[in-house]
Amino acid sequence: MTENELRYFIDTVTQYFKQITGIGAEIGLPFIKNQDTVVMDYTGLIGISGPKRGGLYFTASRSMLTVLTQLYLGLDSPQESDLMDMAGEISNTIAGNAQIYFGPDYQISVPILIDGKPNDISMKLKPPIFVIPIKWNGHQSYLVVGME
Amino acid sequence: MKLLIVDDSSIMRRAIEKYLSGLNLEICGSASNGSEALELFRKHNPDVVTMDITMPQMDGLTSLEQMKKIRPEVKVIIISALSDQATGLKALKLGASAFIPKPFTETQIVEELKRVLGLKT
Repeated sequence: MTENELRYFIDTVTQYFKQITGIGAEIGLPFIKNQDTVVMDYTGLIGISGPKRGGLYFTASRSMLTVLTQLYLGLDSPQESDLMDMAGEISNTIAGNAQIYFGPDYQISVPILIDGKPNDISMKLKPPIFVIPIKWNGHQSYLVVGME
Repeated sequence: MKLLIVDDSSIMRRAIEKYLSGLNLEICGSASNGSEALELFRKHNPDVVTMDITMPQMDGLTSLEQMKKIRPEVKVIIISALSDQATGLKALKLGASAFIPKPFTETQIVEELKRVLGLKT
C-alpha cells in the first residue's frame, strides 16, 4: 500500500466521524503491525477484491461503540448486537468509500462481525498490515488495513 | 405512500427509518438482503424502496433489476458506501431514481426522498 493510499483511508476516517457525529477524530501515527493482533471488544472485518486484494477491519471498545450508537440512533441502551453492527457498518463505509480511489472494479465483502479476540483475524489481510490509531471523543479505536 | 427499507445493517435500517419519520410514509417492511427484499416487495407493493448494494445472498443491484422488471414504476433509491461514479451510473441504468453515498446526513436523505417522490420541500 502506498503512502497516498494510506492517506486516503486516514482522510476517509476523519470525514466519517465528523459527518455522523459532528465530533472529529484524532488520527495517531500509523504503524506496521508485527506479531501482535490489534483487536478490541468489537470488530467489523471486510474482504477486498479486484485491483487490490486483502482486507481491512475497524475495531473499537464497547464504550466507544455505545456512545457512537447512542449519538447516531438516539438509543438509551444499545444491545450488544447493535455495537457489533455499528463496528461492521463503520468498516463497510470506510472500505466502500475507497472505491472512489481504486476504481469500479474494487469490490468489498459484507462485514464479518467479531466479538472478542479471535486468533485468525489477520488471515484476510495481506502484508504489510498498517494500523491507524483513531481517538474519537476520548475513546481509542483502530483501523487496520492490509492490501497487496 | 409505502416505503421498504433494505440494508444488511440493522443500525442503518433504523437510522433511515428515524430520518424519514417526518415524511409520513408507511414503513411496509425492512429487509437485510436483496432476496428477502424481493419477497417483501411482492407482498407489500411499496411505492419507494431504499436499497443498499453490498448484502449477503442477493446484492442490491440484482434486487433493483428484479423489482423494476416486476413493477417499473417503483422508485428505488440506492444508499451505498460504494460511491464510485461508475457504480452510481450502473444503478441509474438499472432504473434507480437516485444514489445516496454513505455516510449520509438526515438532510441529504430527506431531500432526496422528497425530490424523488415529488413532495413539497
